[in-house]
Amino acid sequence: MAARMATTIVQFENVGLRYGTGAETLSDVSFSLDGGGFYFLTGPSGAGKTSLLKLLYLALRPSRGLIRLFDEDVVTLPRDRLPGFRRRIGVVFQDFRLVPHLSAFDNIALPLRVAGVEEEELATPVNEMLAWVGLSDRASARPATLSGGEQQRVAIARAVIGRPEILIADEPTGNVDPEMAARLLHLFDALNKLGTTLVVATHDIHLLSRVSSAQMMRLEAGRLSDPTGALKNPPRESRGGKRRKPRA
Amino acid sequence: MTLPFTASPAERRLLTEGRLSGPMPWVIAIMMFLTVLAAAGGLALNHAAQNVTGSIAQRITVQIVEANPDLREQQTRAAMTALSAMEGVTEVTRVPDAEIAALIEPWIGAAGEEEGIPVPTMIDADLSEEAHDRLDLVEEAIVAVAPAARVDDHAQFLAPLAGLIGSLTWLALALVLLTASALAASVILAVRAALNTHRGTIEVLHLMGATDIQIARLFQRRIALDALLGGAVGFLCAVIVLLLLGQRIGAVGSELLGSATLPLGAWLILLLLPIIGAIVSTLVARFTVIGVLKKML
Repeated sequence: MAARMATTIVQFENVGLRYGTGAETLSDVSFSLDGGGFYFLTGPSGAGKTSLLKLLYLALRPSRGLIRLFDEDVVTLPRDRLPGFRRRIGVVFQDFRLVPHLSAFDNIALPLRVAGVEEEELATPVNEMLAWVGLSDRASARPATLSGGEQQRVAIARAVIGRPEILIADEPTGNVDPEMAARLLHLFDALNKLGTTLVVATHDIHLLSRVSSAQMMRLEAGRLSDPTGALKNPPRESRGGKRRKPRA
Repeated sequence: MTLPFTASPAERRLLTEGRLSGPMPWVIAIMMFLTVLAAAGGLALNHAAQNVTGSIAQRITVQIVEANPDLREQQTRAAMTALSAMEGVTEVTRVPDAEIAALIEPWIGAAGEEEGIPVPTMIDADLSEEAHDRLDLVEEAIVAVAPAARVDDHAQFLAPLAGLIGSLTWLALALVLLTASALAASVILAVRAALNTHRGTIEVLHLMGATDIQIARLFQRRIALDALLGGAVGFLCAVIVLLLLGQRIGAVGSELLGSATLPLGAWLILLLLPIIGAIVSTLVARFTVIGVLKKML
């Protein structure tokens, strides 16, 4: 099997984030992520995990530092070029953020519609995605009538239907039972095997051991706890044949 | 291909609420009603002003105020001859004695001249613009052959009326602009309220890579439909009022009021107002949404 080349697709250098005039939520955060990797972002509540993810999915710009995404500096990127970058990123929000008046089908179809996919070309991929997350029989259900786990799967399907290069999930198992959490991780792992880079924020330490290939970043009080070796548990050779070196 | 001002059926579903559920169409209907009435007033006054000034502004009336009937008749003929021979005089008409008698009847009664009251003769003359500009010379030439002649320039006594009509026309135009501004302000408020209502959906779309134009299209289409519906209702109500008003004016029988009618061109301009209103509302919605979205990352 040919070795998978690890290309850096995310790079943070001395990134700081401050909301208003308060103290820095993130300070001197530096790390790199390789394409095709599976990364857990851990840390206690309030450590800045969601803020770091917001920087990653371009919902915020940092107060200082450099962020490179897909080999481009996104800190100084003109605003009108951001949509193109966002379409390469899938996000599973902690609170799902499903559009309440749209059916599960329409919610999952949103990224494709945003990308300008014709209506007649939507049904096949959306139905495939519904089947993939086990919600084929709930296609026309609105979010309010779905259980928490079902909503979560709709959110995941919506995040991945556009075949994003990076999938970011913020506490994806926070609202589901252990069995569902295991299924979600299985879904993520399957996606990762298809080449999607996964960044999953969680404070559930049990998750970390369930994905053997995953690497870990730990945030505490807005700082990566070990900036020089933030990416622990480097991928095993079984995934790509070649051991990825941790970056910091 | 999706045009910048259109949205697919699926895109339309992204925003909730039916078109007529909010007050927007009714606000637009009221604004359009007032705008059409103001514009109709301005157009009718403009038409009246054109009628008045166009037909008699370059006309003079020569009165021969002479007590001796023979002398008066002699001077009248001399004045008519002189006027007819003048360059720039396009028409010379002697006002029939019966018409003059009818004009002064309310003041001196039907007997008039029979009771020894001298009634002047009157000659209407239409001048070219150039001839009207040298009215002094015309007057001199008339007085030379008819010393009892008095020349009345219609433009002189029409000036205050023309000024009033002009002022009212400008007032109508100002009202049209004010109502249009109020309409634009209403659209801005409605769009901002809608943006707040749909903030969650917008943020999700934004983070999925929707462009400002894509999001703006959703709002501008709704506002365009509201504006067209409201505009049509307001326009129809205004037309009904104008037709009823026209009937009332016709019943008065005043020549001046009667001249304040709406020609076909004016009706076409009024018909354009709801369409212009919809276009303006759509553009205002588009730029408002884009302006608000630009404040987001």
